[in-house]
Amino acid sequence: MTPLLQRLLGRLPIGWLQLTHNPMRFAAALVGVAFANVLVFVQLGIMNSMGTATLRPYSFFSADVMISASDANALTDGGNVARQWLLQALADPDVADGMGLFIGNVPWDRGDADISLTTFGVDPARPDLVAPEIAGDLALVEVQDSVLMDRLARGLTRDEAAAIRPQSPLAFETQGRTLTAYSTFAGGGGFGGDGYMILSDQTFLSLFPARRSTAPDHILLRLRPGADAEATVQRLRTLISDPALRIRTYPDAAQEELTYQQTKRPTGIIFGFGVLIGVLVGLVIVYQVLSTDVADHLREYATFKAMGYDQRFFMGIVLEEALILGVFGFLPGVTVGATILTVMGKVTTLPLAVTSSMALVVFVGTVVFSALSGIVATRRLAAADPADLF
Amino acid sequence: MDIETIVDIHGLNHWFGEGPARKQALFGIDLKLRRGSFTVLMGPSGSGKTTLLTLIGCLRSVQDGALRLLGHDLGGATEAQLVSMRRKLGFIFQAHNLHESLTARQNVMIGAQVHSRVAEDVADRAARHLLGLVGLAERADYLPANLSGGQKQRVAVARALVGNPELLLADEPTAALDKDSATEVIDLLKRIGASRGMTTLLVTHDNRILDRADRILTLEDGQIVADTLRERD
Repeated sequence: MTPLLQRLLGRLPIGWLQLTHNPMRFAAALVGVAFANVLVFVQLGIMNSMGTATLRPYSFFSADVMISASDANALTDGGNVARQWLLQALADPDVADGMGLFIGNVPWDRGDADISLTTFGVDPARPDLVAPEIAGDLALVEVQDSVLMDRLARGLTRDEAAAIRPQSPLAFETQGRTLTAYSTFAGGGGFGGDGYMILSDQTFLSLFPARRSTAPDHILLRLRPGADAEATVQRLRTLISDPALRIRTYPDAAQEELTYQQTKRPTGIIFGFGVLIGVLVGLVIVYQVLSTDVADHLREYATFKAMGYDQRFFMGIVLEEALILGVFGFLPGVTVGATILTVMGKVTTLPLAVTSSMALVVFVGTVVFSALSGIVATRRLAAADPADLF
Repeated sequence: MDIETIVDIHGLNHWFGEGPARKQALFGIDLKLRRGSFTVLMGPSGSGKTTLLTLIGCLRSVQDGALRLLGHDLGGATEAQLVSMRRKLGFIFQAHNLHESLTARQNVMIGAQVHSRVAEDVADRAARHLLGLVGLAERADYLPANLSGGQKQRVAVARALVGNPELLLADEPTAALDKDSATEVIDLLKRIGASRGMTTLLVTHDNRILDRADRILTLEDGQIVADTLRERD
């Protein structure tokens, strides 16, 4: 390693030699940096997972525009929308099709564990408004009390889910009715529920007798090919006379919910703070290691000063140490972080993993923040006065 | 100042502190050091030896009086100019101040690499050569912790000399050494200094090395009270 660094730096790798001179201290410093990395990876992993889980239900549908109540900050939040606005929207020449989307939570008593399924009531005659994977099976839910089940739902074994087929359906009781799953689709547990279920709007209204067919939670619209979604949204805002309604393109609605979940909801804010705390812990650890190292070598640095080395040289040594700590601390950090997230993902069925972009962000962040700590630590070099050596 | 005069000091005064606590350390010092000379500076503690050494070594700024070093006037020199001048000097301290995590060879290389254009392999060869001159070729890759006190000081000597300084400033370089090691280090300095035309100014309390000096200066209360020239060996 020393010859490689010597070639890269064009000088003796004093920072590397200093750090490795005391292997125990070096190892402890790396453990500290790795620990901060693990904190950041776990918090970022959970935040990312929240993003994936938030956007996942949007992927079940194939819409261009969504009309929601004014207080609908999330797909599962807010009041209802009058169905009459669907008819109004269909009057727009660029709106090809539309349907009301009903959403509710259905409990399923699994014996040893009760699970909660976020349930979407859709019009089975509108396969063009659901994702292609689901569209092929949508006709199955035309029969009353038949459903499509999330095969990745928490509490449902993989074998059990794999066995669900039209010829071997799974029947279960909930809300006083017997539902039958004839096929499955890929969802997964999230923060608000253990999985998803898709059924017809008629079955939905049977499960939730208090709900009315005239008041779905959202209205999904599909536009004609080549239509400008933004322009259509602008036209719909004038066409629909209720100014309180939120009329957005479907991608905008998904993005707004993601922002809302990450910045306004307590969970998002808590995970955001977790990342911040991880970064601060890392900063403090690297600063502490470097400033202690500078303090321990003040006489040597003063000697170098007397010999004619300038501030850039010392900054170079401290930055070299900071980068070594950052890079070498990152490697165990990403390994342990990925392992923890994988284990957590298996236990919770949340989509938890270290992605390549996350790893890159954390690596760059570790190097940048290590360098910042190093720059701050060089302030202690001012105490190295070569005149004091005599 | 002729080219044979390395250090030319005239009317040099220096103070420490400010206000009522201000205390004068040097009083009107006049001194010339000729190229290749080996001068010993003596005097009791607090006499101003170290202050004079640090002023000549560009480690402090000149406050009053004239100090010309290697033909450059240090009065009003900026910090960058002082740093640049220091690269032309060699320093040996009472404590060897070797870097604990660098080998003897690497410690000496640091002395060579302060001159930014010195390539890695050149610095390496120069370090090995100097370690050979001070009799430590076999211990070039030893860490300081594995060297004796005398060997460490000899590495410090090699480090000070590897940049071919025109002036070597040494502060009590033999204080921590036994008699044999002290004599060895001083003889080494004299021999290498003579072969390179290097000027040496050495602060010491060690009477054992007085007979090696060309000139002995005695400082008391910030003034040179005795200046004795001796015959060269």
